[in-house]
Amino acid sequence: MAECALAVSGLTKRFGGVVAVNAVSLQLSRGELHAVIGPNGAGKSTLANLLSGDLAPSNGSIVFDGVEVSHLSADRRSRMGMGRSYQTTNIFAQFTAFENCRLAAQSRAPHAFNWLRGALGYREVTREAQHALAVVGLERRGAILAGHLSHGEQRQLEIAMCMATRPRVLLLDEPLAGMGAEESASMITLLRTIALDHAVLLIEHDMDAVFALAQVLTVMVNGEVLDSGLPDAVRANPQVQKAYLGAGEDHV
Amino acid sequence: MIQSSAGITRVLLIAGAVCLALFPLAGSAFYLGLVTKIMIMAIFAMSLDLILGYAGLVSLGHSAYFGFAAYMLALTAPKYQAASVWVSLPLSLLATGVLALLIGALVLRTSGIYFIMVTLAFAQMLYYLFHDTKLGRGSDGIYLHERPSLAVGDFNPISLSDHNHLYYLVLALMLAVYLLLRTVLASPFGRVLVAIKANEARVRALGFQVFAYKLGAFVLAGMLAGLAGYLSTCQFGFVNPEILSWQYSGVVLMTLLLGGMGRLYGAVIGAFAYVLVQELFSYEALFGVYAKHWQLSMGCFIVLVVLLLPGGLAELLERLGAKPAAEPDDG
Repeated sequence: MAECALAVSGLTKRFGGVVAVNAVSLQLSRGELHAVIGPNGAGKSTLANLLSGDLAPSNGSIVFDGVEVSHLSADRRSRMGMGRSYQTTNIFAQFTAFENCRLAAQSRAPHAFNWLRGALGYREVTREAQHALAVVGLERRGAILAGHLSHGEQRQLEIAMCMATRPRVLLLDEPLAGMGAEESASMITLLRTIALDHAVLLIEHDMDAVFALAQVLTVMVNGEVLDSGLPDAVRANPQVQKAYLGAGEDHV
Repeated sequence: MIQSSAGITRVLLIAGAVCLALFPLAGSAFYLGLVTKIMIMAIFAMSLDLILGYAGLVSLGHSAYFGFAAYMLALTAPKYQAASVWVSLPLSLLATGVLALLIGALVLRTSGIYFIMVTLAFAQMLYYLFHDTKLGRGSDGIYLHERPSLAVGDFNPISLSDHNHLYYLVLALMLAVYLLLRTVLASPFGRVLVAIKANEARVRALGFQVFAYKLGAFVLAGMLAGLAGYLSTCQFGFVNPEILSWQYSGVVLMTLLLGGMGRLYGAVIGAFAYVLVQELFSYEALFGVYAKHWQLSMGCFIVLVVLLLPGGLAELLERLGAKPAAEPDDG
């Protein structure tokens, strides 16, 4: 396995008396897709928010490329090479698809703070944005307002925005949520391609996708890691089966 | 369709600018002064539009920068001589920029209702500083015995005490501020500002230092408000603490609401509407005893506009522009 890109240990988040994420440890390497599954309320999205910096942890450490980042801001972590997508589509609906990606690419450009030159005059940023659109297959939809794209396309755009920031680690929070079968299939192909040269943490409900993609699987229940390891081994764990897999009555 | 309506709006705006340029040929000194005052108000309202209409920052203390620059001019002008514009203007704007930087660095750590309250608090501090201490000569304010001079050596083609000259200078500056803000908003910096208003957390997640962008916009808005304050002092020849008051911050906010936020020209339309409607409502021959209480009619008018035209009067202009495109083509 390649070097460790993200090492999380003892990560804990308390909201008042509620422990949403309790002493979670996991590791993520480049070229690896690590899936996190768990029933609703297991703390998966809180975990994503802790990793991206949208929430500050109560305890624990997050080491990204050898640097402790758990108390750095979200924008700082993004500039260091962490990209994330959101569970609920989080795009700029009133901008075009292209402008969404252009803005994302601009965050990496040295001229981002320029006041007097037209934003469209930066050829590298424009090219980067077009490239990101092409990666997810939206190259022909760039001129459409993001809010007018189909749900599946919006999810793809979200990934494109993430890619346009040239991340080394991607935190993807349920990228398949609400997608039809066909859209899911193309998203799975896309994620597999991305995972070849990125470290990807995938939070997902779709079991077919998880077992099709994940090299490492972590199961969370009630904010804690129940089991973590190779997907087949985790699937065989009777505790996991009882808590989540196959059990229709989730912990809600 | 959208393109042609934007094109018609543009034509209407250019026509408006041409009318303003030709107005001195027809208008008397009184009306020239009135329109000059309106155009200064328009610069002030455009500066607020940058932070409110584009970056989504509701400041209730924007008069602080208008008034501070005005006081800077009045306090640094020699007593019986004309101040040089070339010295006093950069000085006033720079000082106002520093003030906006200091206040902005503090207030931009808050958001929502707290931001409104804290901007108000800082403006009130400044108001009382000039109102209650000897520095600002109290509630009477300060008279400027001589208007600032644009002379370079013996060369003095523009005199600020000449109504026509001042009018054209203010018109040119209003157009320059409009074009400057258009340019800034189309730049990478401006695109991020607009995105911040739409979804601040997402902008942060993309790696932008949101605070720095907001602060940059806050300082630019403060300095442009300062330019308006400076020009206003040039026009009227005195300053008093009222231009620092929260009521005045309220007036510019209402001007912008009336005209329509987030368009820049909405601020200009709002300034014309606010001042002209105020003149109308305080016209005794028409409104009798109510003329003295013009605020009452003005309040009703603003409520009506905001209810019927959420996008302000500029929306009316845009509907006008959109109309021909919606109708079938005759040709």
